[in-house]
Amino acid sequence: MANALDPHAASATKASGLAPSGPLTTADGQPLTRALARSSRRARRRALLLVLPLLLFILITFVFPIGQMLQRSVKNDGFSANMPQLSAWFDANDRSVEPDEAAWGALAADLQAAAEARTIGVVGTRINYDVPGTRSLFTSAGRKVKDGVEPPFRAAMLELDEKWGDPKLWSAMREASSPYTGNFYLAAIDRARDENGSIVQAPEQQRIYVKLFMRTFWLSFVITCTTFLLGFPIAHLLATLPTRKSNLLMILVLLPFWTSLLVRTTAWMVLLQQQGVVNDILVWLGVINDNQRLQMIFNQTGTIVAMTHILLPFMILPLYSVMRTINPSYVRAARSLGATSWTAFRRIYFPQTLPGLGAGALLVFILAVGYYITPALVGGSSGQLISNMIAMHMTQTLNWSMAAALAALLLGGVLILYWVYDRLVGIDNLKLG
Amino acid sequence: MKRTLILTSALVAIAATAHAQDKEVNLLSWGGAYGNSHVEAYAKPFEAKAGVKVTVSDADNPATPIKAQVEAGNVTTDVASVEYADAVRLCDEGLLEPIDASILLPAADGTSAADDFIEGAVTDCFVGTDVYSMILAYDDSKYADAKPTGPADFFDTAKFPGKRTMRKGAKFNLEFALMADGVPAAEVYDVLATPEGVDRAFKKLDSIKNDVIWWEAGAQPPQLLADGEVSMAYAFNGRIFNAAQGEGKPFKIVWDGQIYEMEGWVIPKGAPHLEAAKEFIAFSTSPEPQARAAEFISYGPPRKSAAALVGNIEGTDVPMGPNLPTFADNMKEALGSNLDFWVDHDAELNERFNAWLAS
Repeated sequence: MANALDPHAASATKASGLAPSGPLTTADGQPLTRALARSSRRARRRALLLVLPLLLFILITFVFPIGQMLQRSVKNDGFSANMPQLSAWFDANDRSVEPDEAAWGALAADLQAAAEARTIGVVGTRINYDVPGTRSLFTSAGRKVKDGVEPPFRAAMLELDEKWGDPKLWSAMREASSPYTGNFYLAAIDRARDENGSIVQAPEQQRIYVKLFMRTFWLSFVITCTTFLLGFPIAHLLATLPTRKSNLLMILVLLPFWTSLLVRTTAWMVLLQQQGVVNDILVWLGVINDNQRLQMIFNQTGTIVAMTHILLPFMILPLYSVMRTINPSYVRAARSLGATSWTAFRRIYFPQTLPGLGAGALLVFILAVGYYITPALVGGSSGQLISNMIAMHMTQTLNWSMAAALAALLLGGVLILYWVYDRLVGIDNLKLG
Repeated sequence: MKRTLILTSALVAIAATAHAQDKEVNLLSWGGAYGNSHVEAYAKPFEAKAGVKVTVSDADNPATPIKAQVEAGNVTTDVASVEYADAVRLCDEGLLEPIDASILLPAADGTSAADDFIEGAVTDCFVGTDVYSMILAYDDSKYADAKPTGPADFFDTAKFPGKRTMRKGAKFNLEFALMADGVPAAEVYDVLATPEGVDRAFKKLDSIKNDVIWWEAGAQPPQLLADGEVSMAYAFNGRIFNAAQGEGKPFKIVWDGQIYEMEGWVIPKGAPHLEAAKEFIAFSTSPEPQARAAEFISYGPPRKSAAALVGNIEGTDVPMGPNLPTFADNMKEALGSNLDFWVDHDAELNERFNAWLAS
């Protein structure tokens, strides 16, 4: 630092009036470098203090829960933690070894201990995820073995219930003997493990998740397109009208935005149902007969209509804010140079709206992918989305690992799309307002 | 001196809060008319009698927050109202405090609580508070001549035209379909336990698939009936009763083919006011409060001695008795929901149901 060529050093030396050979100091005699470092450290600390609340908030409400959810989707120690002896046997013997008397003994002892500790239900629930119908096998066995089981254990257990001999059950117990498993992800893509541990497709009448994932992404795409088709002209109108008129129109856009989601969803039900306003008007006009009323809700159409309406402001607002900044003289210049109005729009105006369009499309798409209550209310059987299955596993079957696996896949899907978007359009090229 | 004073007052303050906390019960209920019956028939009289403050909060399904609270080790609820199936599951997973049946009060004539409760209403962690059921309801104005009388009519769209609404889920619908297909109530679960039985139920559902609007929230079926969207519903009896009784809608209930289930109290493991919670459960499951609760909502008391005590519908002079699922005449063709079956097969059959819906 104390370089003779440094002009600041020279002036500092002069000001402090010290001999040029000594280290630079401040007025109160401290070395300048240290004082500078300290003051910049203090500034940094103050800046950190300012963002600390936000950082903590994000950590506590976002990073931590998502991390926990991801952990839950691969970790379920319901079996391994409560059946230690049998888990140890599985560790020591690989898949080719048939369960011997030691294994059956470990099973009986673990069941007895789990029954006493009242954790037998946890064990049964864990296995029931992989082999439906086994939870009660565990709980009833727990009640019966409370007083102890006499050897030979295999015969004794099979006498309790011959289902204990099912190789599928043993395979599932082997899978569950490790607290970490990928089985929930397998189930979330309609796959399962057979008794040899190899991955197979789930029975045909039970395959649902892949279909729903595809439908979720497809419907979200359709809804993004419809919000664009409807929102683009509105945003353009808002951006080009004189302020007084456009403010009035803006309120019309915002008013539904401020209305409760449930109210808007219910309003669509009133409008679109078979005895609803739209059908009534069509019948009254004579367009359709009274017994041919259209089914416009409780199916995919209903989901698309209601969600498009609800998500429309998320498309209009970013588009509007970008369109406001577009200088109209560009289009005028293009027109004066001989472009048709279509060419001027396509080559000059539209490309300038892309940052707003990108932001709007991304917002609408991501919101649509996670939508739950609207499809639940107006979706009927064909308008269900994957979020409805996540909700089912959260609140009904209480299989939170499965819900977490489905949610993680959904999150992964959205992140991939985000990455694709970044590669195609560029995330810097995004304008929210 | 001053320090001593501060210290003493701090200790007194701590002691006072500790004392106040003993005399408190945090009740987690469902809200709506059902939650209101808990407030009016249980919470308020208990506050008046025992001098214990009861704080009632609501959840969509109290079983979900309880699981979260216990797993996170931050239990704030003392008593929660949950469905029987959830109670079985939570109890098996060790998330509930055991409830000693000996704390329950005997009936007025001295019959012990064990004999007075209907079968299955008291388990290791659960005490039943009410019985509700899924019933067939129809819009009387839609069927001028012949009226639906049982499950088979629900599936007969030729004789009884019009759309139906059913719960979006496997539970209740599969049993109902089998009953409509001629399986006697007593054999429904034996049939459903076989793969052929499940196929048979789905095949029966197939026959009306295009005529069904699926409901998800309990408030939807009466709304769909009132709007004229559907002419028949398979729905919770309390909701239909409220619309018919409270709002004068022309809805009729067919009790044949009802599937009944129970709701009741549980105590989450590590509840902060365990003793007060037990006191509250003992009081609220005694016959009189149970009968009183049934006057607010048409869910039947699970105690036999409470049935006779049920008076008129709150605010009217119409007797509530015949509107309860537990009324003797209503129980003739009734099916008790088999919880063990559903805890075992809930996920599997719901996946199949949803796949069936989507196909």
